[in-house]
Amino acid sequence: MNGFKGSIFSLAVAAALGAGAAQAQISDGVIKIGVLSDMSSLYTDLAGAGSVVAAKMAVEDSGIEKRGYKVEILSADHQNKPDVGSNIARQWYDVDHVDAIVDVPNSGVALAVNQITRDKGKAFLAVGPGTSDLTGKACSPNTVHWSYDTWMLANGTGTAITKQGGDSWFFITADYAFGAALERDTTAAVIRNGGKVLGDVKVPLNTQDFSSFLLQAQASKAKIIGLANAGGDTTNSIKQAAEFGIVKGGQKLAGLLVFITDIHALGLQTAQGLTFTTTFYWDLNDHTRAFAKRFSAADKGIYPTMVHAGVYAVVLDYLKAVEALKSDDGTKVIAKMKEMPTDDPLFGKGSIRADGRKIHPAYLVQVKSPAESKAPWDYYKILATIPADQAFRPLSEGDCPLVKK
Amino acid sequence: MTEIFGIPVQALFGQLLIGLINGAFYAMLSLGLAVIFGLLNIINFSHGAQYMLGAFCAYFLLEWAGVGYWWALLIAPIVVGLTGVIIERTMLSRLYKLDHLYGLLLTFGLALVFQGVFTNYYGSSGQPYHLPDEFAGAFNLGFMFLPKYRAWVILASVIVCGTTWFVIERTKLGSYLRAATENPAMVQAFGINVPRMITLTYGFGVALAAFAGVMAAPIYQVSPLMGANLIIVVFAVVVIGGMGSILGAVITGFGLGVIEGLTKVFYAEASNTVIFVIMVIVLLIKPAGLFGRER
Repeated sequence: MNGFKGSIFSLAVAAALGAGAAQAQISDGVIKIGVLSDMSSLYTDLAGAGSVVAAKMAVEDSGIEKRGYKVEILSADHQNKPDVGSNIARQWYDVDHVDAIVDVPNSGVALAVNQITRDKGKAFLAVGPGTSDLTGKACSPNTVHWSYDTWMLANGTGTAITKQGGDSWFFITADYAFGAALERDTTAAVIRNGGKVLGDVKVPLNTQDFSSFLLQAQASKAKIIGLANAGGDTTNSIKQAAEFGIVKGGQKLAGLLVFITDIHALGLQTAQGLTFTTTFYWDLNDHTRAFAKRFSAADKGIYPTMVHAGVYAVVLDYLKAVEALKSDDGTKVIAKMKEMPTDDPLFGKGSIRADGRKIHPAYLVQVKSPAESKAPWDYYKILATIPADQAFRPLSEGDCPLVKK
Repeated sequence: MTEIFGIPVQALFGQLLIGLINGAFYAMLSLGLAVIFGLLNIINFSHGAQYMLGAFCAYFLLEWAGVGYWWALLIAPIVVGLTGVIIERTMLSRLYKLDHLYGLLLTFGLALVFQGVFTNYYGSSGQPYHLPDEFAGAFNLGFMFLPKYRAWVILASVIVCGTTWFVIERTKLGSYLRAATENPAMVQAFGINVPRMITLTYGFGVALAAFAGVMAAPIYQVSPLMGANLIIVVFAVVVIGGMGSILGAVITGFGLGVIEGLTKVFYAEASNTVIFVIMVIVLLIKPAGLFGRER
């Protein structure tokens, strides 16, 4: 009897010690991941609460907690303001001992968080921001950029449309870091393929009425009107372009950054025929379908965007690296992530380059007509797959100081 | 082609018209604010949220009950106006004795609650509300392509603003209202039920916001944040026009729409600041606003 009790006791001690050993190098014994996102404004649906859901799913699926680690997910709203985002990031790192910040849609906020994370030696898992500068001149040993960037969108959509004969462009651009980067990268892709850019107009973020800008685009007589904006700005411009008969007049719209939530908001009647590039669609394979089903049940029926999928995959990869290192030291974990090949159910096998860019294939898709769509959220036809090695900016062209030439 | 500052005259006409259409929304919204402030001395910060509620009401009517645009134009303002009446009776009426600031804080809080609840359930991307069939298509004006619906927005706005101005400034009911704000005790002494009149006025102001919301539904996404984006601009319009001046609100609404439209052509980056720059200048020169009376 005594022996039995004793063995239970020693088992408990061993378990406690085991857990202790697993957490030896983890600061405060907890891996704290902060989801910093837009929780209240135009990017809420494409990231927001869904990113928190995706991060929690990744923690669950990694099984890391069963192996003695403790993981905590925090979340906050940066309100699309770099100063608000910076304050939260500092508070998280300095006071709350957060180890990694994930998501951060809005390039302006992301560039600020990128710098703070570097100064504090933590980890920044960027998914929501678009600017390709995060892996270009602003690249950092503490940042990984997942899912998409402006160069990839520009290259995918800009090249495909210019090659199909859409060789003159006019841009309606969101007037901040992301829009500027997207326009710059698309202009390069258009010119590379023999097209030309006739003009642009820079529109303040979160504008309601685009009619004035659409008229300017119409007057430019450009064949393609490139929408270098995102979220609510994109849906409003597409909707109002239909109203002003832009497409009927022979001009075409190119949505440079379109999320599935935007298509859902517009309805297929308005959005049909729109061509753009994405790195994730829920209906790609059994893994993505299973993920989408679980995700939508947890996020008010919303199907995952490429940001949600990216948050899931990057958190999964981050936890793998933490476990491999047995440490949550930001700089070391990011280095480890770059070293290990990646493999997750949503993006498949891939890798993270020296500049922090995660490499995977991209898809050129077209929005289905209402007749072609067979089920809710059945929105895209895949026109072409851009292989991983061509989808993103070549390592040598990014001017990232981390890359040795 | 003739040009003004490098912009073809024809393109400029188009932009002026667009400015006028946006001005129509500013006018309708600032009118409601001006009525409420002028007659109740309440700074109604939930006006933007009530505009949003109007648009959502139209959306619900269509989705749940199959009730179309024209009925929504009538029903949504009544429904949202009634919620305004309830708010006035249960909450605002308790604050009249206190400083303006309390009314402002209460209505601002209510706006955040409405927006938060709707964002929670409907997200930020908004819901589509399709253009009524009779407005499909556009007029070709030669210099621009004017969607029929936008033409209707200007017409409806002028009718609503004109009627409201007439009722308040030129009818007996309007004179009671104006008298009640000057000296409520005296008007009550004449046997007029002043509290009820004030309640109905608030309800009417809110109904105007909801009406503008229904008008906006087919153009913009029906989104929980649609009012938040607009309300600050509309406040600037009211301040420039002169707090509480009905005619001032309407004229500055249209005028600033046009100025904003022109800014979008010449320097688009400044298009969401230009109104505030004008506000600063006006307040420096004429603190009571362009059409306001010094008290």
